Amino acid sequence: MAGGIQLSRLAAVGGYSALSAAAGVASSKPSAAATEGASKQTNLCTAVNDALHIALDANPRALVFGEDVSFGGVFRCTVGLKERFGAARCFNTPLSEQGIVGFGIGAAALGCTAIAEIQFADYIYPAYDQIVNEASKYRYRSGGAFNCGGLTVRAPYGAVGHGGHYHSQSPEAVFTHVPGIKVVMPSGPYEAKGLLLAAIRDPNPVVFFEAKMQYRTVVEDVPKGDFELPLGVARVAREGSDITLVGWGQQVGVLERAAAEVSEADSISCEVIDLRTLIPWDRAAVEASVSKTGRVLVSHEAPVTSGFGAEVVAAMSARCFLRLEAPPARVCGYDTPFPLVFEPLYLPTQQRVVDAIRATCNF
Amino acid sequence: MDFPGGCVPFTTELKFVGGHFSTDVPPMSCYRTLDSVGDALQEADTPWGLDEEQAVRIYRAMVGLQTMDGVFYDSQRQGRFSFYITSAGEEATAVGSAAALAPADVVFAQYREQGVLLYRGFSFLDFAHQCFGNAQEPGKGRQMPIHYGSAELNFHTISSPLATQLPHAVGAAYALKLEARQAVVAVYFGEGAASEGDFHAAANFAATLGAPVLFICRNNGWAISTPATEQYRGDGIAGRGPSYGIPSVRVDGGDARAVYNATAAARDIALRHGGPVLIEAMSYRSGHHSTSDDSSRYRTATEMAVWRARDPAARFRRLLDAAGWWDDGREQALRQATRREVVAALGKAQRVPKASLDAMFADVYAEVPWHLAEQQAEVAEHLRRHPGAWPDIPLQ
Repeated sequence: MAGGIQLSRLAAVGGYSALSAAAGVASSKPSAAATEGASKQTNLCTAVNDALHIALDANPRALVFGEDVSFGGVFRCTVGLKERFGAARCFNTPLSEQGIVGFGIGAAALGCTAIAEIQFADYIYPAYDQIVNEASKYRYRSGGAFNCGGLTVRAPYGAVGHGGHYHSQSPEAVFTHVPGIKVVMPSGPYEAKGLLLAAIRDPNPVVFFEAKMQYRTVVEDVPKGDFELPLGVARVAREGSDITLVGWGQQVGVLERAAAEVSEADSISCEVIDLRTLIPWDRAAVEASVSKTGRVLVSHEAPVTSGFGAEVVAAMSARCFLRLEAPPARVCGYDTPFPLVFEPLYLPTQQRVVDAIRATCNF
Repeated sequence: MDFPGGCVPFTTELKFVGGHFSTDVPPMSCYRTLDSVGDALQEADTPWGLDEEQAVRIYRAMVGLQTMDGVFYDSQRQGRFSFYITSAGEEATAVGSAAALAPADVVFAQYREQGVLLYRGFSFLDFAHQCFGNAQEPGKGRQMPIHYGSAELNFHTISSPLATQLPHAVGAAYALKLEARQAVVAVYFGEGAASEGDFHAAANFAATLGAPVLFICRNNGWAISTPATEQYRGDGIAGRGPSYGIPSVRVDGGDARAVYNATAAARDIALRHGGPVLIEAMSYRSGHHSTSDDSSRYRTATEMAVWRARDPAARFRRLLDAAGWWDDGREQALRQATRREVVAALGKAQRVPKASLDAMFADVYAEVPWHLAEQQAEVAEHLRRHPGAWPDIPLQ
């Protein structure tokens, strides 16, 4: 955790300028949701910060807490909250992830909207028991007498270019195996703001993973005001007819760039689906797309084995069996710990996705 | 020297403290007001006196607890339900502390604190419904027996994992303080649970964030078969409190009056100073860990007999007798009436049907998402296809 501040600074100036420029170009315009009112060019960090300001402003029982959040957070997502809402509503906790999530559960159980920050998704595991055995079962085990639905756990996740084992992980699949929580992964600033506000106000505990590499590298037009994007509803990021590419979080950008490449080079028409929420996931949207295209590829940074891509592929194999023209494909991280110097080979890069699209379309 | 963690004096002496280097430091004394048979210690501090009504209510709850534990334990052994946990030896800890709390105070418990819930008004029938897992119990039969909870009584539902409730209590106490409610949280746990990381996290969070929470440790000497001597070094659980910056007290957990006074005083401190207090109640788990345990395999009959002789209810009764508030006639009438009530509650609860199928899929989320609706329909279809295979579970 000591590396957090350094990492955030490196992320801002690091060697990903080419990627960030591409991501900025490739990011899609906001679609169906409420976009009334003024908007501004916003990166993901500011989008999250805006959402937290709106959430605390609208609800006097909303709290933001975690390690180093008081001075603005190592990624600067909580800047200005303490000054605006006071030290009782935005505060540092001691350095203990199980304590942070456990504390949030208790505050939420008494009616607070508890917004907990875990500094890196890689460090969420000490809180695993609190999330899996406590937050997720609080309502069910009490027959609805108690709940901690006001809890949202935010955590930066994913590859960042220099994070190695412990500043790069994508642990989302682990949490999709836990009935009672929702898992949300926004694909960019606009999505992050709308989905975070929805997650904070959702009456269920939500684990919300933010792509830390996007905090400063992806900029989009984002409405300044209060808006929500519905949980459990996927987004068609790009329409197409030959193959369905399914992703979430920052991998959606990779899929969009791969789609653009094969469109130009091979005249392959890709439909890109941004799943947004992994539990409950929008199976119907994926099924409708795969029924149309007859091919499906799922891609995530997390290790391929037992990744959430397996769930998507299994469901599509069962439901679109007679319409599939090629085996479902997965382009994912490998089953190794996240390897620092081998990161470019580990990641499901645009090149690997393009290869898999071609292989699937030429099966 | 000033440093970010505080101001400390320098010394030129190289000296270690703690462990082998502090054998001359005595352990924290154990506060009591009754001797081991129950005679009142005249010099004892009892700033929160008990009047007849309160004292009798505490005693009746202890008798109720003992009676329920006895009958429920036997019923489990007869196979009427799957599991039970008694609180023999610790009746005064649960009931004495509960009596010092206000109804608005919020309780988070481990699993051996049914006395707190009983004192707060959970009926024998409520307990029985839960143990039978029937449709009348709040949890709809989803958890094992003894996992009680009650929103009306501000008693959060029990979960089996140890010590997880401790950070919850801190968050809840923070919420109470934020809203300036004149209430505290009481959280119960055993000395074994205090070895979990959640204990440390909770104590540290409560102290640093100023959460008005009473940490009430039931040090009953045994974590299933592991004796307290193999659980920790140092001065028990209370001894840890001051190093977290938490006012702490050790109390005779078999002395209901001492537990009552310690809890009342702790509650007052927590409210006035806006922070946590730690109470370590020293007692003995006179029964087995649970109905799945046989403690004669790891502890001596003599040890158990010695402790059973210090029955907390009998000790407290001597105080009532001395005050003229109780006698043999009332004792006999209470025990007989209570036993009849407990037996009747079990009989009634056993006849209540299980919750219907929809209770299996409700409450996972605030709403029923599509995948659970689909799975519920699959189970319903299975039940229709195999009528009679699962007669206990009504379809609707």
